[in-house]
Amino acid sequence: MVEPHVASNLVVAVLVAGALFVARAVRKSDLWRGSLRELARRRPLALGVVAIYVLVALLDSVAWTGGGAVGAQGDQLALHEPRSVVDRLFPGDFGERSYSVPLASAEFYGGAALRHPGRHWLGTDILGRDILHLTLKGARIALLIGGFTSLIVIPLALLFGVSAGYFGGRVDDAVFFLISVLASIPGLLLLIVLVMVMGRGAVQVCIALGVTSWVGFCRVARGETLKLRELDYVQAARALGVSELRIILRHVVPNLLHLVVITFVLLFSGLVLSEAILAWLGIGIDGSWGQMIDQARDELSRDPIIWWNLAAASAALFGLILAVNFVGDAVRDVLDPRTLREDR
Amino acid sequence: MSEPVLSVRDLRTTFPLGGEPVPVVDGVGFEVASGEVLALVGESGCGKSVTALSILRLVPRPGRVAAGHLRLCGRDVLSLPVREMRRVRGADAAMIFQEPMTSLNPVVSVGAQVVEAIRLHERVSASQARRRTIELFESVRIPDPAERVDSYPHQLSGGLKQRVMIAMALALRPRLLVADEPTTALDVTIQAQILELLRELQRELGTAILLITHDLGVVNELADRIAVMYAGRIVEEGTREEILARARHPYTQGLLRAVPSLGRRGERLAEIPGVVPSPIEWSRGCPFRTRCPRVLPACAETMPAPTRLSTTHASRCHAVAAEVST
Repeated sequence: MVEPHVASNLVVAVLVAGALFVARAVRKSDLWRGSLRELARRRPLALGVVAIYVLVALLDSVAWTGGGAVGAQGDQLALHEPRSVVDRLFPGDFGERSYSVPLASAEFYGGAALRHPGRHWLGTDILGRDILHLTLKGARIALLIGGFTSLIVIPLALLFGVSAGYFGGRVDDAVFFLISVLASIPGLLLLIVLVMVMGRGAVQVCIALGVTSWVGFCRVARGETLKLRELDYVQAARALGVSELRIILRHVVPNLLHLVVITFVLLFSGLVLSEAILAWLGIGIDGSWGQMIDQARDELSRDPIIWWNLAAASAALFGLILAVNFVGDAVRDVLDPRTLREDR
Repeated sequence: MSEPVLSVRDLRTTFPLGGEPVPVVDGVGFEVASGEVLALVGESGCGKSVTALSILRLVPRPGRVAAGHLRLCGRDVLSLPVREMRRVRGADAAMIFQEPMTSLNPVVSVGAQVVEAIRLHERVSASQARRRTIELFESVRIPDPAERVDSYPHQLSGGLKQRVMIAMALALRPRLLVADEPTTALDVTIQAQILELLRELQRELGTAILLITHDLGVVNELADRIAVMYAGRIVEEGTREEILARARHPYTQGLLRAVPSLGRRGERLAEIPGVVPSPIEWSRGCPFRTRCPRVLPACAETMPAPTRLSTTHASRCHAVAAEVST
């Protein structure tokens, strides 16, 4: 069995290689290159913010063991846990005993001197962990939820939507039955049941979110396929003897790609927010912003209020969602055929 | 004489209308010999396109070919399994559609689409197929073929797109080309160029063409023989001269009178009153009798049998039959 951090490193390598490959393909295609340039022109700031989140998440995914750290008393500590690039930005033993206010030099309760006075920019949580560190690590979880769940949702929705739209008849009826059944169960209830059945964990939560959120895009894909199926070039392909599978893969799905991109971006923010709700219910993913917000339930009722934990996680969540939504909006404008300019 | 490329007998294609299968094409029969151009002429809604689609078994559901015999290049099309049928499409018989604007996939370059057509039926390398595509583009007179192969459909004009469609259809040198109103969506000058091109290619390659059109000008340019369709049936059939100059069926005569000509300027253009009856209204007797100027009592009773006027010319009309027999 591969150790988790090695697997994570491999995933990062694959992602970076994939991104480079896509970038090369995009450079070749006028349409995508033009769209990307237009996107950068419309929303430079939002794109930049998203890029920073992605960078932090990637850096947090590259981890290795080894490397010592200097303890609070100036003694050398050997660390055996694999630590990511983000972890290594902080001293190896950066914890306190409990809460401390941002940039404080004494503990919140009791007023004993901190081990790292004035160095916790966003304070520490109940276990004395640095909030800035936790917030940065949350980016990885958030992108994992959004990205991995989309990877489940989009193929699932395409498979069902396109086959329903293309073949019609019985297939269409079956898919619609499935959709109707899913749509008639309260989403939150289904989510909770799925997580309860599969057990807690990042992958399980992603699967549960995926199962509950593919219906919308499935309908869109079905509708668009119904339209594409009747188009002359699909008929022409049939007249040339192209097989049904090949028609779907080459003539139908590529013409849905702009919808896939739009859906991915819009779905993403919704999924990250859904996880926050799951965390509130106590079935979220460990280390997510949702969980940090969940902790604030108790903290907000203390006197004086402990606000920094909640504030940091909410701000990070808000920043990501807002930036992604801005980008999503621009993506739709750029890729939607109805708003496409004629000269492209 | 060798076997015709395409022979159609008693073709009957039905669409369910209100639960009942209603024939849209009813007992159509014709033959297309190798290297011949047969024009199938008629008004909108008379079953021309459905006939064409039936030949390649592409009738859109819920329509279906209910009866008849279809032989294409010596093979019985209607009994072929689906996989075999796919091999026939494109290789033995190809089709050009009416709308070049929408007949090409907008997200794939035009060259790649022709390459796809070639590689679907023949085991050739991608670069070989590409070379052949460029040659094909040259043969359909596309300027700068080497650059045009990488263009996307939206970068080409309607005329160029139709040339690409023709190149694609001819890529595998099919023995039969079904051209469903190939020039309807183009403007007049481009129409002439495309017709000219079709005629040249037809002579060069010896491809038989089944030309489907309502435009008698196009027919005059291209066709060797003409079959006139009305309400799902062929009402008159003959060589180009026989039909255009000596048409006997009142419907054909009406169609010909409705063509504007320079010699009859200032006159009111003749028309055939009424419209083609919808397939549900086709009943016993001659379907044209509601609009026919020479209607006889017999017309309401039976569908007239073809009356032979020459070895090539036949007409299905009671009035014509009565004239000939007297």
